[in-house]
Amino acid sequence: MQFFGGSEISPSPPVPTATGNNAHMMYVFNRNGVCLLYREWNRPLHTLNPQQDHKLMFGLLFSLKSLTAKMDPTNAEKGNLGIPQLPGLGCSFHSFRTNTYKLSFMETPSGIKFILVTNPRTGDLRETLKYIYNLYVEYVAKNPLYTPGTLIRCELFNTALDQYVRSIA
Amino acid sequence: MAAIYSLYIINKSGGLIFYKDYGSKGRMDTNDSLRVASLWHSMHAISQQLSPINGCSGIELLEADTFDLHCFQSLTGTKFFVVCETGTQHMEALLKVIYELYTDYVLKNPFYEMEMPIRCELFDINLTQVVQKDRVALLGR
Repeated sequence: MQFFGGSEISPSPPVPTATGNNAHMMYVFNRNGVCLLYREWNRPLHTLNPQQDHKLMFGLLFSLKSLTAKMDPTNAEKGNLGIPQLPGLGCSFHSFRTNTYKLSFMETPSGIKFILVTNPRTGDLRETLKYIYNLYVEYVAKNPLYTPGTLIRCELFNTALDQYVRSIA
Repeated sequence: MAAIYSLYIINKSGGLIFYKDYGSKGRMDTNDSLRVASLWHSMHAISQQLSPINGCSGIELLEADTFDLHCFQSLTGTKFFVVCETGTQHMEALLKVIYELYTDYVLKNPFYEMEMPIRCELFDINLTQVVQKDRVALLGR
């Protein structure tokens, strides 16, 4: 299984931040760790180059899912740490918060992972991520010119996404 | 029904120095708790690398489907984290109280070696009292 995708750097033309836009950036990964989309709206600090950043993000999420599945206090029967969890199997997390950002996560049954990084005061973004998944289905999955597993280059998706994210309170 | 499911304390290098389970079905054996603690330590550090803004001090709250995890990091790098039911309030205050107990009964104990597993009876006794009081306050019984 090819775990990390090819060497292309995902293009992310910076969108001018409108006032009221409190989302920092967004990632979309598929089940193999290929970064399908990276949108950046407001990111003053870049610690790593884009590929390393994507890999680190995917690795963090993979490990956190493994951790939550293991730490689940309501489930006595658990596997070992490090076993890749199938989408939907085991307790998964939906967000974490630090003092500078909040990361909201959603995994679809097909293994597509949506990650939205916003300011720490944001509320529960699960519905937002579900809406973004619907945008993905409409503009990307149903696009006959899109090959699954590759970078998303659908202008309509990008526009709809930017518009929607700008409207998040 | 517990206010918190479990408490972990990890030293600045990521090693587990204290683990107490308050009645979850997911009670872990020693090896697993050690692994989970080291994993959390690494995740905490990685989350700082991915911050879009300067000055990130790591994960403070992790919300999962069936539990929440609240983490408090002291200025010296010692991390205290609790696994509790989703939506439990005032965990930050509880963590600060536990930190105070740690400084009083562990750090001020002349026989305690730094970074080693905590084996201080008074710490255990007072911790149980605090958690019990918290449980009573939360559940009203």
